[in-house]
Amino acid sequence: MSDNAVKQQTRSQGPRIPGSSGPGEKAKDFKGAIKKLLNYMKKYRIALIVGITFAVLSAAFNIFGPRILSGAITELFNGLVMKNAGTGGIDFDKIAGILISLALVYIVALVCGIVQGWMLSTIAQKTSYDMRKQISEKIHRMPVGYFERNSVGDVLSRITNDVDMMTQTLGQSVTQLVLSTASLVGALIMMLIISPTMTLIAIAILPVSILVVVGITKFSQKFFFRQQEYLGKVNGQVEEEVSGHSVVKLFNHEDESMGEFNDTNDKLYDAAWKSQFFSGLVYPLINLVGNMGYVGVAVLGGLMAFRGSITVGDIQAFVVYIRNFTQPITMMSQVVTQLQTMAAASERVFEFLEEEEEVPDADGAAVVGGAAGGSGGDVGRVTFENVRFGYDPEKIIIKNFSQDVKPGQMVAIVGPTGAGKTTLVKLLMRFYDVNAGAIIVDGNEIRTIRRASLRNDFAMVLQDTWLFKGTIMENIKYGKQDATDEEAIEAAKAAYVDQFVRALPDGYNMMLSEDADNISTGQKQLLTIARAILAESPMLILDEATSSVDTRTEALIQKAMNNLKAGRTSFVIAHRLSTIKDADIILVMNEGDVIEQGTHDDLLAAGGFYADLYMSQFDTLEEE
Amino acid sequence: MYNTTVKLLGILFKDKRYIPLIVCIVALLMVQAYCELVLPSYMSRIVDIGIAQGGVEDAAYFNSDEYAALDADTKAGMQRDYMTQAALMMIVFTLLACVVGVVVGLLASRMSAAAARRLRREAFTNIMGFSSVEVDKFGVSSIITRCTNDIQQVQMALMYVLRVVLFAPIMAIGGIYMVANTGAGLSWVVVVTIVMLAAVIGTLLGLALPKFKRMQILIDKVNLVSREVLTGLLVIRAFNRENYEKDRFDGANTTLFKNQLFTTKVMSMFLPFVYFIMNIIMVIIVWVGGPAIDAGDLNVGDMMAVMSYMIFIVMAFMLLSVVATMLPRANVSAGRVMDIIDTESSIIDRPAAELLNEEREFEGRVVFDDVCFRYQNADEDMLSHISFTAEPGHMTAIIGGTGSGKSTLINLVPRLFDVTGGSITIDGVDVRDLSLRKLRSFIGVVPQRGVLFSGTIESNIKYSGDDVTDEAMAKAAEIAQAADFIGTKEGKYESEISQGGTNVSGGQRQRLAIARAVAKDPKVCIFDDSFSALDYKTDSRLRKALAKNLGDATILIVAQRIATILRADKIIVLDQGKVVGEGTHGELLKTCEVYREIAESQLSEEELNK
Repeated sequence: MSDNAVKQQTRSQGPRIPGSSGPGEKAKDFKGAIKKLLNYMKKYRIALIVGITFAVLSAAFNIFGPRILSGAITELFNGLVMKNAGTGGIDFDKIAGILISLALVYIVALVCGIVQGWMLSTIAQKTSYDMRKQISEKIHRMPVGYFERNSVGDVLSRITNDVDMMTQTLGQSVTQLVLSTASLVGALIMMLIISPTMTLIAIAILPVSILVVVGITKFSQKFFFRQQEYLGKVNGQVEEEVSGHSVVKLFNHEDESMGEFNDTNDKLYDAAWKSQFFSGLVYPLINLVGNMGYVGVAVLGGLMAFRGSITVGDIQAFVVYIRNFTQPITMMSQVVTQLQTMAAASERVFEFLEEEEEVPDADGAAVVGGAAGGSGGDVGRVTFENVRFGYDPEKIIIKNFSQDVKPGQMVAIVGPTGAGKTTLVKLLMRFYDVNAGAIIVDGNEIRTIRRASLRNDFAMVLQDTWLFKGTIMENIKYGKQDATDEEAIEAAKAAYVDQFVRALPDGYNMMLSEDADNISTGQKQLLTIARAILAESPMLILDEATSSVDTRTEALIQKAMNNLKAGRTSFVIAHRLSTIKDADIILVMNEGDVIEQGTHDDLLAAGGFYADLYMSQFDTLEEE
Repeated sequence: MYNTTVKLLGILFKDKRYIPLIVCIVALLMVQAYCELVLPSYMSRIVDIGIAQGGVEDAAYFNSDEYAALDADTKAGMQRDYMTQAALMMIVFTLLACVVGVVVGLLASRMSAAAARRLRREAFTNIMGFSSVEVDKFGVSSIITRCTNDIQQVQMALMYVLRVVLFAPIMAIGGIYMVANTGAGLSWVVVVTIVMLAAVIGTLLGLALPKFKRMQILIDKVNLVSREVLTGLLVIRAFNRENYEKDRFDGANTTLFKNQLFTTKVMSMFLPFVYFIMNIIMVIIVWVGGPAIDAGDLNVGDMMAVMSYMIFIVMAFMLLSVVATMLPRANVSAGRVMDIIDTESSIIDRPAAELLNEEREFEGRVVFDDVCFRYQNADEDMLSHISFTAEPGHMTAIIGGTGSGKSTLINLVPRLFDVTGGSITIDGVDVRDLSLRKLRSFIGVVPQRGVLFSGTIESNIKYSGDDVTDEAMAKAAEIAQAADFIGTKEGKYESEISQGGTNVSGGQRQRLAIARAVAKDPKVCIFDDSFSALDYKTDSRLRKALAKNLGDATILIVAQRIATILRADKIIVLDQGKVVGEGTHGELLKTCEVYREIAESQLSEEELNK
C-alpha cells in the first residue's frame, strides 16, 4: 500500500520542468474553464476590476511618459538652435516644468503599479486558498467510492499542483496580459501620433516577432516532450533501483545498474540541452528583431530629422516605444501557453469540486449508542434485514442478506481473497448505502442516524495500516483526542506494542515518517490496534487486522482482543480461520455474496464451502 | 543571491574542463554587451548629423573648415553616406549580437545540461554505494525527487546564471564605460541608477527571501496533510475526525496562504519600481543634460545615447531580478542534491591492504558471537548477546514474534547493517574484514518482499551476473518451483517482467526471487520469511528441493509458519531481541514456552502430539 502511494505520488507530481516556454497541456474546453474560473472569482470581481484598471493606468502613464519627455528634449534642442541662431536660448523654466510634471506622472504610475500588483496577488492567493480549502472539505463530503476508483496521487495533484499552477498563472499572467496589451496598444498609439511613417517599422516588426516566437515554440516543443519522456525514465529507474536497493547490493549488481542509468542519463542530457537551447533561441532572435527596429528608427529618424519633419525628442521617444514593442510579444506568447495550462488545471479542480457528494444526514437524524450515553438494551445490537447491495446498482452482489447480531456477539466474516468481505463492513459504517433492505444499529435504521454518531459507535482496525506523520503518542490518541498519556500507554500495553515502542529512539515521542515506513508493517498494525483499544467504542471492526502480524504476536493480540471484545459487538474479517473458531456467527462470503452463515461447528458439520476452506489449511502437514 | 550564484558556479567549476568554457561564455557575453551598447552611439551620430543640417555644427569632422568649404550638395551626399555607413554598422553589430547570443545559449544549455547529468550520475553512483541506513534516512520518494526535480531545478538555475546573472554586471560595467566615453560627464548617473536598482532589489529580496525559503516546506506540509487525509479516509470517518482533519488542513493552508501572499505582494512591486527608476533616470538625465548642452559640453545625440544605455542596463537588471526569485528555490534544491552526493555510506570496505581473504573459498560456517545490535538513536538494543552457529549443510531456522528482531538478525550477515557489539564470522573471518563484494558474492538472500526488476524472467534470475549459465538458470527455477509457471508462459524465460514484478502473482514473484538467489550457487543462503506467499504444498516441495540441491550450503531461514521449519536441523527462538530457545522442533516443544505458544496457535492438537 505504502509503496503504491509513493509510486502514485511521484508519478503524479512527476518531474515538472520549471521555466516558461515548456509546452502546456490543453484544456478540453478552454472557454468553459475560464468562464467557470471567472464565475468562481465573482466575489472578488470589484477588486479584480479595480486591479485591472490600475494596471491599465500604470501602463498608460508609463507609455505616456516618453512622449512628455520628448517635449523637454525638443524644447532643449529648439533652444539650442535659437541660441546658435542668436534668436534666443534654452527655456529652462519650461523644461523644468515639463520634467516636474513628468516626475509626477511617473510617481502616479508607480503607485498604480504597486496597487495593481497588491490587488491582483491578493485575489490570486485568496482564490487559491479558497480552492484548497474547498477541495479539502469536499473530500470529507464525498462517498468513499470515489477514492476507491481514483488514485490518491490524482486527487493530491489537484489540491497541490493544479491549484498552484492556477495561482501562479492568475497572479502573473493576468498582470502580464493586461500590461502587455496595454503597452502594445499604448505604444502603437503614441507612435502613430508621433509619426505614422516611422510606425511602419513597428508594424513590420510585429508579424516577424510573432512568427519568430510561435515558430520557435512549436519547434522546441518536441524536445521538451522528449526531455519529459527521459525524465520519466530516469524517475522510473531511480525508483526501481532505490526500492530494490538492498537486492541490488546483495547481488553485487551496482555496476550494471549504474551502466543502465548512465545510458538513460546520457539520453536525458541530449534532450535536455536541445530543449533548452532551441527554446532559448527566442531571446537573441527577438532581440535581433527589436534591434533591427531600432536601426530602422535611427536611420529613418535621422533622414526625417535631416528634412526637418521630425523633432529630436520624438526620435528619442520612438526609440523607447519600439523597445517596448517587442517585449510584450514574447510575454504574450508565454501568457497564452500559461493560460492554456491554467485552463487545464482549473478544469481538473472544478471537475473535482463538482463531483457527487454523500447524501447528507436526514433532518433530525438520531444520535445513538455511546454518543447518546447508552439507550438501554439495544446498544450494540445490529440487524441486517433483507439487505441488497451492489457497488454498481446494475450488478447486485449481496442479494438478500439477513442476520441479527445481539449485543456482545462476535461476528466473523470469512472467504477467499476478493470475496467482498469488507463490503458488509462498509455498509455497516455507511460508507455505502444499501440498495434495498435495512441495517438497524442500536434500534435505529442507519440512514436515520447521524453518520458521526453511527461511526462513533465503532472502533476500527483495518488491513491498511494508516498512521500519520506525528509522534507515536499522537497516533495512538487519534482514537480519543482527550486521552491522557497514561491511558494511551495502557492501550499500547494491551496491544502488546509498549515494549517495542520503548525500544525506539525517543520512545512514544518518536516521529513517524510519512507512511510510517520507519517502523515495520506488523508494528504499525499493533499501533492501530492500540488506537482502536483507546477509542472505547461499543462495537469493533477488525478487518484482517492481524494479517501482517506473525502468529505469536497474533496470539497475544487475540488475548487482548478477547478482553476488548467482552461486552462489545465485534465484526472480524479474517483469513486465518484458527482465529475465529469461537465466533458466535460466521458469515462465509464468496463472489460478493454471503453464502453460508452459522457457528464453526454448524458449518463444519454442513460440509460446505467453509468446511473445505478450513480443511485446506492442514494439507501440508498431512502430506509430510 | 550572491551565495547561490557562487554555489551554483561551484557545481560547474567542480569539473575543471568547464573553466575555459565559462571564461569563453564571459568573453562572449562581453562581446554581446558591447554590440548592444554600441548601437546607441551610432544612433547618436546619425542624430547629430541630422541636427547638423539643422544648423548645429558639432560633429567633429563636420565642424572642420574643410567641411565648411564644401558645397551644399556634397555636404548632403557625405551626410547620407555617413548615415548609410552608420546604419550598416548598426546592422552588423545587431547581427553579431544575435549570433553571439545564440552561441552563448548553446554553450549555456550544454553546460547546464551536462552539469545536471553529472549531478545525476554522482548522486546515483553514491546511492548505489549507500547502505540501508542511508536509504532509510532519506526515504525512497525523497531520493527520487532529489534525482529528478531537484536536479532539474539546478539545471534551470545554472542556465540562468550563465545567461542572465553573469550578463547584468557586464552590461553595467560596459554601460558605465560607454557613458564615460561620450565625455558627457554623466557616468555618475549610471552609478546612481545601479545603486538605486541594487537598493530596491536588495530590499525587496531581503523581505521576500526568507519567506521564499520557507515556501517549499509549507507546500510539503499541505501535501503531507492532504495525502494523509486521502490515504486515511476510512479511518478518519470511522473515528469521526473530519473536523480535526479540516482544521489541520486549514492550518497548513493558512500558513501557506500568508506566506505566498507576502512574497507575491513583495515581488509584485518589482516591476513598477524598476520602471520607475528607469523613467526617473531619464528625467534626471535631461535635467542635468540641459545645462550641459547649453554650455556646449554635451551633444543632444550623446545625451540620447546615454538614455539608451540606461534602458539596456536597467533591462539587464530587470532580468536579473526575475531570476533572483527562482534562485533561492534552486539553492534549496542544490543543497538537497548535495546532501545525497555528500552522504557517505556507513558500511564500507576496509582499505584494500587489510582485505586478506578476497581469494579464499569459503565453506560458509556462520558464527554469531555475542552479537548486539542497536538502531541509531535507539534507547534499547534490538538484539542483545546473540550467540549461535549455523553449520554448512544444515538448515538453521529463526522464529519469533513481530519486533523480536528476526529480520534484523539475518540482515547482519550480508552486512546490510553492522553489528554494534560482538561479531559475526564466516569460517572464522569477521564479515567486516571482507570486502562487501566478496562477502555478498557467496551469500544468497531472498528478501521478505519478492522484489523483482523490470526486464525478463531471465534477467531477473541471472541478476547476480552473466556467469550464470542457462543450465544453472533452469536448475534454479526448478529448485524454486518456478519452472512450471515459467513453462506455461508464452515467452518462457524471455517473458517480460514489469517494474516491481507487478505482472506476476505474489507467489510467483517470491519463487523467482528464490531462483535468483539459488542461481548464485551460494555458500550461505538466507530466506527472510520468503515462503509466506506460497501455498503449503509448494512450500513443502520447495524445501525438499532446497535440501537436496543446496546440500553443502548453510541455510538460514526466518519463518512464521511452524510447518516451514519443522524439519530444520536447528531452530533459534527469538523473543524481544534475545535467544530464548535453541534446538529441534521436538526439543523446543518440550523446553521452550515461547515456541510452544507459537506452535499451539498454528497446529492442531493432533499435529502437536505427533
